[in-house]
Amino acid sequence: MRNRVIQQIDWLSILLYFALVFIGWLNIYSTTMTDENPTIFNFDQPYGRQLIFIGLSVLLIIFVLAIETKFYARFSSVIYLISLASLLGLFVFGKNINGATSWYNFGSFGLQPSEFAKAATALALAKFLSDIQTNINDFKDQLRAFLIIILPPLFIIPQPDPGSALVYTSFFFVLYREGLPSYYLLVGLTAVILFVSTLLFGAIWVIAGLLILATIFVLYRKRKKIRIPVFKMLVMTTTAILFCLSVRYVFENVFEQRHRDRFNLWLRLEHDPSKLNEIRKTIGYNTYQSESAIGSGGLTGKGFLEGTRTKGNFVPEQHTDYIFSTVGEEWGFLGSAGVIILFSLLILRILFLAERQRSQFSRIYGYSVASILLFHFAINIGMVIGLLPTIGIPLPFFSYGGSGLWGFTILLFIFIRLDANRRDDWM
Amino acid sequence: MRKLLLAAIIIIIAIVYIGRLSYLQLIDSSNKNPLEDTAIKAVYDYPERGYIYDRNGDLLVSNQPAYDIMVIPKDVKPLDTLEFCNLLNITKEDFIKKYNKARVYSPRLPSVFVPQLSKSEYATLQEKMRKYEGFYIQKRSLRHYQTSSGANVLGYISEVNEYELKSNPYYQAGELIGRNGVEKVYEETLRGRKGVKFIQKDRFNRDLGPYKDGLYDTLPVQGKDITITIDKTLQAYGEQLMINKRGGIVAIEPKTGEILAMISAPSYDPALLVGRERSKNYSRLYLDSIANPLYDRSILAEYPPGSPFKILNGLIGLEEGVIDEHTTIRCYHGYRYGRNRFMACHCVSGTLNELQSATYRSCNAYFADAYKKIIEKYPTPEEGLQAWTNHAKSFGLGNYLGNDLSTGRAGRVPDSLTYNRAYPDFQWRAETTISNGIGQGEILTTPIQLANMTAAIANRGYYYTPHIIKNIEGTPIDEKFTTPNQTTISKRHFDDVVLGMWDVYKRGTARFVQVDSINIAGKTGTAENFTKIDGKRQQLTDHSIFIAFAPVENPKIALAVFVENGYWGSRYAAPIASLMVEKYLRGKITRTDLEKRMLEGSLADEYAKPLSGEPFEINQ
Ligand SMILES: [Zn+2]
Repeated sequence: MRNRVIQQIDWLSILLYFALVFIGWLNIYSTTMTDENPTIFNFDQPYGRQLIFIGLSVLLIIFVLAIETKFYARFSSVIYLISLASLLGLFVFGKNINGATSWYNFGSFGLQPSEFAKAATALALAKFLSDIQTNINDFKDQLRAFLIIILPPLFIIPQPDPGSALVYTSFFFVLYREGLPSYYLLVGLTAVILFVSTLLFGAIWVIAGLLILATIFVLYRKRKKIRIPVFKMLVMTTTAILFCLSVRYVFENVFEQRHRDRFNLWLRLEHDPSKLNEIRKTIGYNTYQSESAIGSGGLTGKGFLEGTRTKGNFVPEQHTDYIFSTVGEEWGFLGSAGVIILFSLLILRILFLAERQRSQFSRIYGYSVASILLFHFAINIGMVIGLLPTIGIPLPFFSYGGSGLWGFTILLFIFIRLDANRRDDWM
Repeated sequence: MRKLLLAAIIIIIAIVYIGRLSYLQLIDSSNKNPLEDTAIKAVYDYPERGYIYDRNGDLLVSNQPAYDIMVIPKDVKPLDTLEFCNLLNITKEDFIKKYNKARVYSPRLPSVFVPQLSKSEYATLQEKMRKYEGFYIQKRSLRHYQTSSGANVLGYISEVNEYELKSNPYYQAGELIGRNGVEKVYEETLRGRKGVKFIQKDRFNRDLGPYKDGLYDTLPVQGKDITITIDKTLQAYGEQLMINKRGGIVAIEPKTGEILAMISAPSYDPALLVGRERSKNYSRLYLDSIANPLYDRSILAEYPPGSPFKILNGLIGLEEGVIDEHTTIRCYHGYRYGRNRFMACHCVSGTLNELQSATYRSCNAYFADAYKKIIEKYPTPEEGLQAWTNHAKSFGLGNYLGNDLSTGRAGRVPDSLTYNRAYPDFQWRAETTISNGIGQGEILTTPIQLANMTAAIANRGYYYTPHIIKNIEGTPIDEKFTTPNQTTISKRHFDDVVLGMWDVYKRGTARFVQVDSINIAGKTGTAENFTKIDGKRQQLTDHSIFIAFAPVENPKIALAVFVENGYWGSRYAAPIASLMVEKYLRGKITRTDLEKRMLEGSLADEYAKPLSGEPFEINQ
């Protein structure tokens, strides 16, 4: 059994994983190293602690790979429930760090249950969808699937940790892959587009655009003598218009100022220079500093441990959420593009592996892993390079933190374990 | 399709992100310059500016420390304002005004709060300032003048302006640069090179230590002391003699081309442009558009040379072979030319002049005739004038001398082009340009050009490019200052001219300024000049001009003196020149009456005439 796992294990994924973890650690070292403490085994410093986290990750990997595949499918519900309980337990036993109660405290180490909940949810969703009795086209089953996905973020949002909660939207790609009707995705996409364009151009113009599009659609159908779905269209258009009209209200009254600021900065909505300056100094400061640091790297970067802005701590939270700016400054365009390619390769590899699974459970789980990793990767780097609004989620395998690293390691290696067994297991 | 969606998204995201990175890192260059890196701060170490000595090793310019109280508004903690104001001897309103000004300029950057404390003020404040956070004392180095003369020669230093910041990458805002005079020309020598230390900063602007262990740091290079050719005493004496007069004097050592004195009147004390009152004083000098003290007349003012130019015409005539030392002209109290035009001179009617006597009598007839002969020697007046122009230019006239002064003017020696332009039908002849023969008309020279011409005559045919640098801490000076420039006139032609100039002093127009047992060769001059009043051309009292070199047998000083509206040459220019010669050669003045008359002589009334708005008489 053991030998077979080692024979059939996907070494490419493992190689990519260790490459990312290693590069990540180098950058954490560079970011948090001070000239007084150059030794890497300094466990008071983030880089030293991260070394311990990596060592423990290796133990976790061995542990995860040693467990029988069947265990994961069989106990997925239990794992999911334990995970939910750990999230709920935070409200009682959680430790407040930086205004968020996301942590359990064990001496000098903390654990962040939301980092593990992703894997648990992926297992539970895979288990549910792979059940022969589940039909994704059935509305009741759709609701059940949504429930599995929505419960953890419901507990995570009030911590508050909206970034981690947002990650769960990535599961919709999984549902879509497994046959969820396209209009869910379409509706979701349309809502996002309408929301952003209404903020940008104002409700009147967006509604005018919608009406023009509807008219063109009707005229086209008439000309081709195709039946016009009058009722459907009326419902859709009315809903869209109402949605547009509500955007402003929601934006002004439901969102908090700090959220509004992020949108204002991202969509360049604020034109009052003094307010703009204020936003730049507060919320936009991180983005500005990280863009500057990345930009100063040039083609080849300033070299390992030579990043002046990194050394000067110009980018806040650089060893956690903004770790990619260190890559940009010290390794330049070549390095940062290389990291993007490594991530893309790993996620594509996982997708490829997922598609070759015979077991539906393994495939769905693999798909979940890819979706979660992609979401983290895209949102985090998009934020650091100034393309997306500020949403605080870590860069997998890179960002400093034990829980994050372990959470992603377990997430990935459960799938590698499942994949190593694809020939034997018929589930 | 469903299988491919996620893969497509991954690839699109990767492409978009790499595109964004290539924009940030490869195209957008706003973050590339390491000097503009906010994480690195350059701290400069300024070397002391070099001292300036005169030709005898007397110190002219050194440095003095000045202490500014600086403020960084964001660091200021609440303080006992009353106590603080008493300490600095300012009022509370002052305090508020200064503080607000600094805060508007920048809350983060230092501004000068109280400039230029005296040494004693500094001593008492030094300890107490520590109490007041956000305030500190910064030491600066200012120029310290050991002389109150030679402002035009020395120049001054002040903060670099926008243009200099852009055109010269060496300078940072707020640094000092030499302006005018020696300070400008020898800026790099005097300045040295500032050293720089790069300090790694964090985002709170705290020092984290040297950047890359000081790999890019440089040590300052000391500024060098320089010795200039000016004689401090002679310069000061000349300026004293020119008080209440306007004009320029340049004295040159003919054997070397070294400028002994360069006087522009009115002058000012160079110390006015240092310290607390600097900008106030500067505006006052700058705005005085009538006396114009910042205008260096010794090298910028272009005057008609008048009679001294006749000497050059004599030399050209000899060289061209149209006259010799025995050529005679009978003068009937002047020179008649064209249709009934006449240049009067002081000769008794019927005087028979040869070159030497024509020189000391300043005979217009003789030199106009010689000029006419030069021009008419050639087939066309154009060619004749060209030959004449070439000779004149070989004396450094009509062009920049190539000296090491911060500024200068070319003057003007007319050539055929000048007249072709003025007479489009080319109908001009020797007579048209005859006033060139007596140094009037189109010719303009600066005092330094005329002094240089005099030096060339003293050397009998060559001159060294006039220069102000004597020594840069042992480094030899530019070769062009030690290589003689030959004129087009042969050495043998100078004897009669020099004898004529000596006669000017012995029995001619300058006979009243004789100094016991110093032989001076000279030539007085009087130049008509005009101004415009309400758009009308108005003649003013003539300029008083004198050129001289001495001693005749071994020339040690050659000089040209212009006194604006001083009337005839021997009225102001010749006495002043003779006093300067005496001062330079003897070190003391025997003719105290003459000295007193010159020191007290004032042309203020003369200068007030054209400004009075009323009709006035000239040449009284
Ligand atoms: Zn005459």
